[in-house]
Amino acid sequence: MIRFLFSFLMISPLAAGAQVTPTDVQKILQRDFHARGQATMDRVVQDGVQRVCTESNDKPPGELARRLEDDQMKTIPFPAGNLIGDWKNGERIAQSGRGLQWTDPAGAPGGGSCYNCHELSPQESSHGTLGPTLRRFGWMRGNGPEMQRYVYGKIYNAKAYNLCSQMPRLGYSGTLTPEQIKDLVGLLLDPASPVNRQ
Amino acid sequence: MSRLLAALFFLAWAASPAAQDTKAEIQKYQQMIAEGSPVELFELEGEALWKKPQGPNKVSLEKCDLGQGPGVLKGAYARLPRYFKDADRVMDLETRLLHCMTTLQGRSREEATKRVFGNENQPSEMELLSAYVAAQSRGVKLAAGTAHPKEKQAYELGRAIFFHRAGGWDMSCASCHGEADKRIRMQDLPVLYKREFARPIMATWPAYRVSNSQFKTMQWRINDCYRQMRYPEPTFASDATIALNTFLTVTAAGEPYRGPGTKR
Repeated sequence: MIRFLFSFLMISPLAAGAQVTPTDVQKILQRDFHARGQATMDRVVQDGVQRVCTESNDKPPGELARRLEDDQMKTIPFPAGNLIGDWKNGERIAQSGRGLQWTDPAGAPGGGSCYNCHELSPQESSHGTLGPTLRRFGWMRGNGPEMQRYVYGKIYNAKAYNLCSQMPRLGYSGTLTPEQIKDLVGLLLDPASPVNRQ
Repeated sequence: MSRLLAALFFLAWAASPAAQDTKAEIQKYQQMIAEGSPVELFELEGEALWKKPQGPNKVSLEKCDLGQGPGVLKGAYARLPRYFKDADRVMDLETRLLHCMTTLQGRSREEATKRVFGNENQPSEMELLSAYVAAQSRGVKLAAGTAHPKEKQAYELGRAIFFHRAGGWDMSCASCHGEADKRIRMQDLPVLYKREFARPIMATWPAYRVSNSQFKTMQWRINDCYRQMRYPEPTFASDATIALNTFLTVTAAGEPYRGPGTKR
């Protein structure tokens, strides 16, 4: 009997007509997805940010959002000193869409997939529009220590600045290394970077 | 073939800064590739497979019931996904084909799902069969099942999955398909939870993809989205994939099917 009930729950975690909660969806993903390569099953277990953003349709209550953003900020290990790395290497990282996929070899360097969503260097016309344009980012905003820290932190963990941002947490998720993120800071803030050329 | 090449050169040109009105040029390009599409070749190969005796039972799929009665192909694809009493489950085309392979032909699930997605050298059996079956619904309005409680349940689950954020990059389907007039690189992104966007998309899958010269199914489309969303892999023909397909197809209901399509 217990076995029957258990198998019933496995087959049909949803009652007809009932509201489908994120917990229901998670149970179904745990049953209907499988690990492959580096894409392990722990990835379908939502963390607090993913759960709150799903439940609130990306509009979390202000107080809760601020608290969770503070928590996310604490995940960013800001390196000391100058954060502007090599913009040429940054351009390569911005172009690459690799990393964290089950087709990517584990341990191989990932990319930032930046051009998928953002306009950056003027010579790359094949850029997405899901994120804001970053053309002349450093030229317009300067490149002092505070701006360096903001750009580094935003790339490392975008959710520390806007809880339900669609931008991946590229450092926190292990997609990019601190060195790679510094090179992207260079791409955005170095006056010699094509991003900032007129 | 020369038409295809011309279309590819056209794409290279359309992607250049020389293109003035990108959107209009892309539409022109899509029309060109559709005119030179090899979709019919896949349909013919699929027909041969449909009629070929296979498996321990050495029978073809010609008695497979896709929802309109054994062997009835006309309009069957346009009414999928739907609930099947014999399996007590909502099924999409590929799931139902798999069902017929294991029941009619007596094949094991392991053997029948060994190679569900093909490559540029050799399409998979599922892809070829999908091309043939879907083609028999041309002109028929999309009408996935919505009456049975399990069909309603699949729709609601699919909708919830569409907006569910998880995975290595915190993404849901809506991260890319939730807002109008957005692109990834040069690719326009349809807002798939809205009727006017879902209709032309769902009416043209499965489809031949010019960029990788392969015929692809909806199960593949969902699989490859989740790969790029940094999730683990959705299991072929699982309830989660069928629910998502149900949500999208019900959203597109009423659109006359005009596939198999040709995509970038």
